[in-house]
Amino acid sequence: MGKKLLLKHDNIPGINTYEVYRQRGGYASVEKALKTMTPEVIVEEVKKSGLRGRGGAGFPTGMKWSFLAKPPGVPRYLVCNADESEPGTFKDRYLMEKIPHLLIEGMITSSFALGANTSYIYIRGEYFYVARVLEKAIEEAYANGWLGENILGTGFSHHCYVQVGAGAYICGEETALLESLEGKRGNPRIKPPFPAVAGLWGCPTVVNNVETIAAVVPIVNDGGDEYAKIGIGKSTGTKLISASGHINKPGVYEIELGIPVEEFIYSEQYCGGIRNGKKMKAVVAGGSSVPILPADLILKTAKGEPRLMTYESLGDGGFQTGTMLGSGGFIVMDEDTSIVKNLYTFARFYHHESCGQCSPCREGTGWMEKILHKILDGHGTVADVDLLWDIQSNIEGKTICPLGEAAAWPVAAAIRHFRAEFEEYVKNPKSIKDVKHYYRLREKV
Amino acid sequence: MAKVTIDGKTIEVPDGTTILNAARMIGGEIVPPAMCYYSKLKTSGGYCRTCIVKVTKGSEKDPRPMPKPVASCRTTVMDGMEVQNITSPDLLEARAGVVEFLLVNHPLDCPVCDQAGECHLQDLGYENGKVKTRYEFKRRTFEMIDIGDKIKLHMNRCILCYRCVKVSDQLTPYRVHGVLNRGEQAEISTYIKNVIDNEFSGNVIDVCPVGALTDKTFRFKSRVWFTKPVDAHRDCPTCSGKVRIWFKGADVLRVTARKDEYGEVVEWICNNCRFDKKQVSDWTIEGPAHISKHSVISANHYETPFALSALKADVKKQQKKLEGKKVELGEGALNPNNK
Repeated sequence: MGKKLLLKHDNIPGINTYEVYRQRGGYASVEKALKTMTPEVIVEEVKKSGLRGRGGAGFPTGMKWSFLAKPPGVPRYLVCNADESEPGTFKDRYLMEKIPHLLIEGMITSSFALGANTSYIYIRGEYFYVARVLEKAIEEAYANGWLGENILGTGFSHHCYVQVGAGAYICGEETALLESLEGKRGNPRIKPPFPAVAGLWGCPTVVNNVETIAAVVPIVNDGGDEYAKIGIGKSTGTKLISASGHINKPGVYEIELGIPVEEFIYSEQYCGGIRNGKKMKAVVAGGSSVPILPADLILKTAKGEPRLMTYESLGDGGFQTGTMLGSGGFIVMDEDTSIVKNLYTFARFYHHESCGQCSPCREGTGWMEKILHKILDGHGTVADVDLLWDIQSNIEGKTICPLGEAAAWPVAAAIRHFRAEFEEYVKNPKSIKDVKHYYRLREKV
Repeated sequence: MAKVTIDGKTIEVPDGTTILNAARMIGGEIVPPAMCYYSKLKTSGGYCRTCIVKVTKGSEKDPRPMPKPVASCRTTVMDGMEVQNITSPDLLEARAGVVEFLLVNHPLDCPVCDQAGECHLQDLGYENGKVKTRYEFKRRTFEMIDIGDKIKLHMNRCILCYRCVKVSDQLTPYRVHGVLNRGEQAEISTYIKNVIDNEFSGNVIDVCPVGALTDKTFRFKSRVWFTKPVDAHRDCPTCSGKVRIWFKGADVLRVTARKDEYGEVVEWICNNCRFDKKQVSDWTIEGPAHISKHSVISANHYETPFALSALKADVKKQQKKLEGKKVELGEGALNPNNK
């Protein structure tokens, strides 16, 4: 079993309450940071740790923090992005539901490092129950003096608030999240200016994923160098992976970055192999928006080396033969899965969630969904598959925010690796089964 | 000051200028088309993506090219930046893709649309679009609604450029006009059909690049190319009173603001001038308005031999593209003299 940093105590009864969490060494990082460290030292430790953003893009957190503008007299904000809406990703929910105090502790420590006296946890509307858990944890933290004015007598004051969104995927994009937090329509802003310069209410803001903020706690406790010992190269530390699909043991696993993908799928301590003894067909390695890879390419790179669970190894070969670690939504599909139907589900999702601000995404996502529906209806032609390819390449890179790309990449990868399946569907419509199910899905939209 | 090169033409512009404005300073055919950017409205632009350009050199300090095409209306120039617009075939292809997206849900009802002839989307489709759409599904539809008693909103035609929303935000005091719903179903609306009721609401008609917002006092009165634009003014207590009036015969059919070469309003006008002053005696005529000679409004009719041959050539070009081979048009089919 690999080393666990975040989910060390997730199975202890009552860990969601303050007393049990404190007994297990909780809030030590706040004590250490506030009493013995300066904000600059913490940022330096985070830089040393090599921690990368766990929300999907994998941008080095220390660097992001050091970009934060610090004009005098202007408040700074830390915003925690808990709008975890990527299909296939549910790690943040597990973390917040089980160990809410870990996030609160990370928020206080990170805010101290950034000099922010106010922080917000923006949580998606569907996680209403989790928001209650967090609010209770914040109440307990206030009652025990970890939040509020003059924390531990050090003169540092901090207030943390939970804001529930209305359940829009687009509000997971950092600028759309800030707009939504300000009470406006959740449309992504046009960058520059970046949030580090002008974010929430025009003030410098850092937006970090739940897992990233939680990972600051072990970094401050044990030191950045200790954290950097785990992992390979530029992928350091541990990562929560939410494994789902046709595997024996779906769930949230904390892995040390750098274990082989094969071990993660087949070993007993993680996914436990493919359900019902079937063969693996494809894997979406990091949430629905990253490119899908067929079984042979997910286990071995195009060069024949074993693929590892790291940012670099999964990205090896670019999008031609690689994918991304993304947010860690690991979806495994067995040999009976229809890639076209799966892609239709994804396309439907992105069509539903496009905010409608810029034209390629607004019109293109709906168009792709309609073509896929046509193919599943048995009326597709080979030209439709080429058209899908054209549409996705026209969307990619021409939109304001990454949602356009998130919608285009799965389509591109499915056609790139599974074109034969599309062609079989358009040439032999009788091979499509269970289309009625998809009609039912469509009516709901 | 920053030095920027666009399609091989170099100009020095103040810091903070956008690529689009730098291109407009150079002028000519290298200016990227803009459907949502409006120089008179703050924070406009960035939505339609037709003004995308390729940055082949970021700046003197950091000469790396930008990985993706950028929206020229929202990207500021850097010293030493090199930009490709019409000289990059990839980019023109990408722009054709964007135009195709804009037309996916557009009803293409130009034959019955009042904007036809002065529609930016028409020009854009003609200059940058493909001959035929590949979209074959049902287009999204909305009910037509009235915004006040003088403005008609025909949402089917809207391309969601947000210009009218910015006008409501920035020109008029109460915001009762915005965007509802999201994605493909996003819709410009006054919430629950509220009436926009203020002196400058009529300007939303002028900023609309398509026929989504039209003047109810002019709807279905005439095609724009049958009317003659004349600059005129009057002493107006609320606005500058400098307008363009559109004659058909001796009747004033409509009054609009004056527009510059990029189709942008020069000075905003009030509703009183726009909707109520439809008598020649209300106005002091200054003289014929300057209209680009390539515009159908300038041609006014298709009877001159030059215009006819140009039209024929255009039709032939389109047909050729469509069929992939030369199509002989029946000689005289379009010639009114051949009776």
